Amino acid sequence: MKAGRRLGSLGVALAACLILVWSLFPLAWAMLTSFKTGSALFDPDVFATPFVFSNYVAVFKGQPFGRNIVNSVVVAAAVVAIGLAVAVPAAYALGRVRLRGRGLMLAAILAASMFPQVAVLGGMFELIRHLRLYNSLAALVLSYLTFTVPFTVWVLTTYMRDLPRELEEAAVIDGCSPPGVLWRVLLPLLRPAMAATGLLAFIAAWNEFLFALSFTATDEMRTVPVAIALFSGASSHELPWGNMMAASVIVTLPLVLLVLLCQRQIVAGLTAGALKG
Amino acid sequence: MVGGLARSQRRWAVVFLLPMLLALGGAAGWPLLRTAMLSLTDAGLSTEGARFVGLENYLSYGPDPAAYDAGLGGYYVLDVARDADLVWRPGSDSYFNADTGQPAPAPAENTLFAWRGVLTQPAWWRAVGVTLGLAVASVLLETVLGVAMALFLARPMRGRALLRASVLVPWAIPTVVGAQLWNWMLNDQYGVLNAALIGLGLIPRGIAWTAEPGLSLLAILVADVWKTTPFIALLALAALHLVPEAVREAARVDGVGCWGMLRHITLPLIAPAVLVAVMFRAIDALRLFDLVFVMTGNSPNTATMSIYARQQMVDFQRLGFGSAASMVLVAIVALVAAVLLTLGRRRGAVL
Repeated sequence: MKAGRRLGSLGVALAACLILVWSLFPLAWAMLTSFKTGSALFDPDVFATPFVFSNYVAVFKGQPFGRNIVNSVVVAAAVVAIGLAVAVPAAYALGRVRLRGRGLMLAAILAASMFPQVAVLGGMFELIRHLRLYNSLAALVLSYLTFTVPFTVWVLTTYMRDLPRELEEAAVIDGCSPPGVLWRVLLPLLRPAMAATGLLAFIAAWNEFLFALSFTATDEMRTVPVAIALFSGASSHELPWGNMMAASVIVTLPLVLLVLLCQRQIVAGLTAGALKG
Repeated sequence: MVGGLARSQRRWAVVFLLPMLLALGGAAGWPLLRTAMLSLTDAGLSTEGARFVGLENYLSYGPDPAAYDAGLGGYYVLDVARDADLVWRPGSDSYFNADTGQPAPAPAENTLFAWRGVLTQPAWWRAVGVTLGLAVASVLLETVLGVAMALFLARPMRGRALLRASVLVPWAIPTVVGAQLWNWMLNDQYGVLNAALIGLGLIPRGIAWTAEPGLSLLAILVADVWKTTPFIALLALAALHLVPEAVREAARVDGVGCWGMLRHITLPLIAPAVLVAVMFRAIDALRLFDLVFVMTGNSPNTATMSIYARQQMVDFQRLGFGSAASMVLVAIVALVAAVLLTLGRRRGAVL
């Protein structure tokens, strides 16, 4: 009995180790190699060679990587702000008001959020060129609304539906108009949901690649994912793995920390999006 | 009172919906409509003006558009057997001698007419196969792995919070970054995987994981499963927490063993939620783009439907043709979604 239990707990520990290695090793390895340059980069025994910081400096020298980070932050923030501003009233209408055609509209919104991005690529290209937005951040903001708006509306609608009706009714009896109800009563209650949804939309915009690759042309206008995908470095004859891993760590660590800190909200947002629908 | 409220609410609802409808219409509806329309034209990416060509970009039988010569008023074709320059005029549906303008016999060997369009392209069907294969394999693997992880993480144990947090990490890493991490680990000369395998004496020299056709698909599959398993694990874990302890307790009292509990109680109870997650992931997998693009570029061995369509549109400047390919992708996604929804409804998935 005792031996069996010990064997069982050994199995549990082994499984836990496997999960840890599988989940963390790629990032850990990137972090280790980001402190290596030259031939030390190619020595699998990472502790045999000294750790240096130069990759983290070099990343910002050969290419406008600082600018790329600013671009990504600006675009993602703008997309989240517009998305929430548009989605909150819409979620109120879809979640609280009995409207004809509501089911159809929700189905269309869900379909839009699941759409293959490449399906709007041609038309979006034409639109962006027509508005003279090619190779600008505005082009990215416009195109990112394609997926952030439906997603934000969908998730906020499911939250909105679950808010207690009594508060709203009390406010109406006190003479509150629908915009007043939304602004003064529901909005404060919705704040955690908005934070969770906004965070997920931010991550989606931060990670977006296809539109950013297709609608920008110069290094200065690239966002982080495109910059990292097209990393060329100072010398052309070798791929600068050290620099690339340093860049990867720079843009990933804040995101990972954010996700770990907001774990609860993210899980709530994802389950609201996927399970409650 | 209540009737008036409902009416005013409804009036306001239209106002509230308007910004969203505008944003969605402008950023999604209109471009989608235009892509559909472009797919019926011969539009180029940087050329002005486009001609309506019907379903030519999808599937059609007809003369080679590249052979059209406005000066001749038809399609030029060289009759190899008779060594004559001919022109085929669509108006009269017959051949003429290009120099004399006299009617001429049809060439012995038809080099002008053929089936055309994306549906006749082996490269497109290869992309369809790659995408479907990757989607099925990836979703199957990540579902099994994800549910297993969730079952494990649901157990009370020391360090569980830490373990749960680390499972989330691959999900938090941008796909492009994740792809580069795998590229680095799988590097043929300096990759840690090859170094480990050589160190263990399993292989004599480094394997080019992302260059060989079969292996590169495997590499993409592993990286995709790595990135997406947390999503399934997370949703399965959330579902597990909704399983009432009383149900499990009752089963335990009735003498149901571990395996029986899993098979007859736990899994059936979380199945609806997991099925929804699987549906989302399956549809997501069909539009796979960034991971493949960063790991193997436009290589035909691993090109997915999205890669193929974008390459036609942007790299080859064939806006109309690429749009047609992307519309076929939409049709395939819609078909798969419809099948999954029907199956899911029958299985009681909550959607």
